[in-house]
Amino acid sequence: MNPARNPAPRALATPLVHLDSEPYYHATGDELAVFAAAAQSRLPVMLKGPTGCGKTRFVEHMAWRLKRPLVTVACHDDLTTADLVGRYLIVGDETVWMDGPLTAAVRAGAICYLDEIVEARKDTTVVIHPLTDSRRALPVEKRGEYIEAPPDFMLVISYNPGYQSVLKEMKPSTRQRFVALDFDYPEAATEARIVAHEGGVDDETARRLVKLGGLTRKLKGAGLDEGAGTRLLVHAAQLIANGMNPAIACTAAIARPLADETDTRDALDDLIRAVF
Amino acid sequence: MSERKLFAHELEARLDELLLLSLRQRSAAEPAALLEALPRQLQERVLHWAGVAAQTSDDLGWLIASRAAEQAASLGAQLDDWARAGLDAYDRSGLAATRRALNDYAAAHRAGAFESQEGVAFGAIEGRLSRFLHALEGRPLKLAGGPRAWTDSETLWLPERLDAAPDAAGNRRLYKAIAALLWAQTRFGTFNVDPEPELAQWPAPEAALRWFALFEAMRLEACLARELPGLAADIAGLRGPWPAQLASSAAALAQAAASAADSLACLAELRRVGAGDPPNFPHVGALDPLAARRVRAVRIARDTATLRQALNLLRAVDPSAGGEDHPDYPPLAAEGQTQQLDPQAEFLALPPPARAAARSLQQDLGEIPPEVLQAAGPGAWQPVDGIDSAAAPGVTTQPDAFYDEWDYRRAAWRHGWCHLYEMRAPVGDHAWVDEVRTRHAHLIRSIRRRFEALRGEDKPQRRQFDGEEIDLDAQVEARADRKSGGEPSPRLFIHRRRVERSLSVMFMVDMSGSTKGWVNDAERESLVLLCEAIEALGDSYAIYGFSGWTRTHCDIYPVKRFSDRYDAATRSRIAGIEARDYTRMGVAVRHLCGLLARQNTRHKLLVTLSDGRPDDYGDEYRGRYGIEDTRRALLEAREKGIRSYCVTIDRHGADYLPQLYGPAHYAVIDDAQKLPQKIAEIYRKLTG
Ligand SMILES: Nc1ncnc2c1ncn2[C@@H]1O[C@H](COP(=O)(O)OP(=O)(O)O)[C@@H](O)[C@H]1O
Ligand SMILES: [Mg+2]
Repeated sequence: MNPARNPAPRALATPLVHLDSEPYYHATGDELAVFAAAAQSRLPVMLKGPTGCGKTRFVEHMAWRLKRPLVTVACHDDLTTADLVGRYLIVGDETVWMDGPLTAAVRAGAICYLDEIVEARKDTTVVIHPLTDSRRALPVEKRGEYIEAPPDFMLVISYNPGYQSVLKEMKPSTRQRFVALDFDYPEAATEARIVAHEGGVDDETARRLVKLGGLTRKLKGAGLDEGAGTRLLVHAAQLIANGMNPAIACTAAIARPLADETDTRDALDDLIRAVF
Repeated sequence: MSERKLFAHELEARLDELLLLSLRQRSAAEPAALLEALPRQLQERVLHWAGVAAQTSDDLGWLIASRAAEQAASLGAQLDDWARAGLDAYDRSGLAATRRALNDYAAAHRAGAFESQEGVAFGAIEGRLSRFLHALEGRPLKLAGGPRAWTDSETLWLPERLDAAPDAAGNRRLYKAIAALLWAQTRFGTFNVDPEPELAQWPAPEAALRWFALFEAMRLEACLARELPGLAADIAGLRGPWPAQLASSAAALAQAAASAADSLACLAELRRVGAGDPPNFPHVGALDPLAARRVRAVRIARDTATLRQALNLLRAVDPSAGGEDHPDYPPLAAEGQTQQLDPQAEFLALPPPARAAARSLQQDLGEIPPEVLQAAGPGAWQPVDGIDSAAAPGVTTQPDAFYDEWDYRRAAWRHGWCHLYEMRAPVGDHAWVDEVRTRHAHLIRSIRRRFEALRGEDKPQRRQFDGEEIDLDAQVEARADRKSGGEPSPRLFIHRRRVERSLSVMFMVDMSGSTKGWVNDAERESLVLLCEAIEALGDSYAIYGFSGWTRTHCDIYPVKRFSDRYDAATRSRIAGIEARDYTRMGVAVRHLCGLLARQNTRHKLLVTLSDGRPDDYGDEYRGRYGIEDTRRALLEAREKGIRSYCVTIDRHGADYLPQLYGPAHYAVIDDAQKLPQKIAEIYRKLTG
């Protein structure tokens, strides 16, 4: 299996994450069961939902449950096929093949999580197609290799339907290969429990943060592209737990990341002052 | 509106008409002569205020008209504030006071008293406040400037300017406090009691009303403290402690169980012990329970009707008719279950507009009255089979096309139901477009710059035979290939090439009667800005207006076809877009998507500009039928690979838009005047 005499430089190798302790995840529906069944049936899974509502955390949790290593790739618009599959490097005077994260995950029988898949270039998404149907294989053209995925390999992608650019829609031919799970902001009591747990704040502070989150979500389409996700609430909670004044923490962790436009920023500040 | 000044005789005639002067043997000749010298816009403002005032009283109308004629030239842009101050004085203390107020205002204006640094104008804080209010719970409220602070439970008026606090920050906080307490009136049931019987027992009902407003402010502040403690603390800091003799009332009204009835009880108590004028607190807005309760009654009737109709449908329709292909509607109740429906489950089964009506009723009444939920007796909904007999007037030629329409009650198509006519788009005033382009020259320049950047975004093309840069990855690979005996690829360069956007956009513009005025102006201005912007981008685009009058008269107005250039003729057709009849949306979507589908670009986008939900003459298309048909048409479009996006000028739009367009694909603009500023940004986001 070793393609060259020289090993690839360590620092560039794909990290396979083995989760030993349970990542905290609060289920909000039947996602645990559906995901487990998809894994059992060797079907790829698509997680849909706004940013910061627990998709990444859920995958980590499932990787722990299923006792499989996890490889995560945050997709961006310059992500090439080689970035996913692998490339030759020159080490000293030798050329060394280096598996990309997707290839590494396939070889290891890991869960490969492609986060925000629509961000990747169109031609890049094509390489996952053979992995998502009955072939379950990855052709590595540059090496003339055809890797059949072991049973434990699983492909998971995430996708935020809130994207408004028509040029960034996911094509039906891609979407329809996946079992899909809808994610949304948890209902208030659940979300408060998550924020309290993750942010290390008391229940009352968590409740107010969730209240604030709910208010910002009403501004979707009226000043904001998207309201505050759970992640932002957790960030604010963490600042508060470190002793920061709640209003300042919320401004820094919630209002500023959400909005640039003056009126909306001011309105968010007003909402923060109103809740705290 | 044209820019031509009105002549004295025209002004005289219009004043005559507004004020019914000839009946009262007065002549408008003198004011008309004075007004003749003013620019048209100012002339129209004067006529506007004379008309508004005349609706209250003829004498007031005459007073405003004659004084405005004398002072408009010097007041200029302040004319509106001046007139509002006068009308406000009339409401409070009658005609003599109005005269004084108008003079005082004009004198103060001449003295330059409105330049104070500390005061805050409503316009400067409106955007921030309207977003703030939008985020709060409950029915959405419209925000507007007016002579005084009050709400009729649907619109919230705030003074044009606040100067009460010593500094600008204080005045901004005051605005927020006033607005929040008025919002709280609608949220926590101020208008659920009728104060008139109590007020009538006071020697000075006007003072009593102000006392009532004060007691309510005490109660509502406590309500706020429970949900938005920071806001309540802010208000408490602003007002300082309550006067000692009111402290016990304030404490009683702060109880969680206190309602508007308790404020009335405080008022009755006060009457028994005797009271003068209430102390003045700048953060307490005015109350007009009569007006608000009138608005509330109309709304309750409307919501009840909406909810009833939806419930009747829910109970009458075959269960298989809803279901699978309507993800927004959970399966409908089966027949025979109608007697024992669990109200909770039933609500979830309602279409969003009916759910919004139910929430609104809950807000107004505290609960949904059982009689609304009862199975309907006579007067229940019955299927209406269109209005065949009422063939629309004025149709003489053959339609250009026939379209099917989706009837969700039957879960079936009505074949060839809609008759579509491609009309000739009316030609408007070309000068208007020039004026818009001049007025927005700055905005246009900045939009163009931003759009050009979007177009010119160079994407590096890797592995080219030649290019401006060396492709390191390719070089490394080539070297590796050579080493391992393979044939190296000659594609070793990076070339920067402009990315082909390959996008066609169809703008579908609502020309229904309800867009008359601001909305129509905003639509046209937005189109001008859009054209300027898109020209910089090179996307292919078309603009069509739509309106109509029943299913037999659905009209489409080509303003700019895909093949038309953005030239003088197109521009005059944009200027010519006008408010006409109704909004039968489905057929327009189908027709325009047919045109769009023929474009051979990779991406296709339909953008609708409208001011509200689908509607047509006769009850048939109104409500769920129209929404379902339009939704269906948009789904068909989607199947053809067309994405749709709706820009709606309507605060209440958010209720039904998710259902029409899917959760992501719309924007609601609460104020028509903001549309032109926003539209280019929306387009950039949508296609960037
Ligand atoms: N259901 C949940 N259970 C536990 N934590 C959650 C949950 N939802 C959100 N979170 C918190 O929100 C943060 C952001 O979630 P993440 O999974 O990164 O969001 P996404 O991947 O959807 O953008 C997580 O780090 C976690 O703290
Ligand atoms: Mg994530």
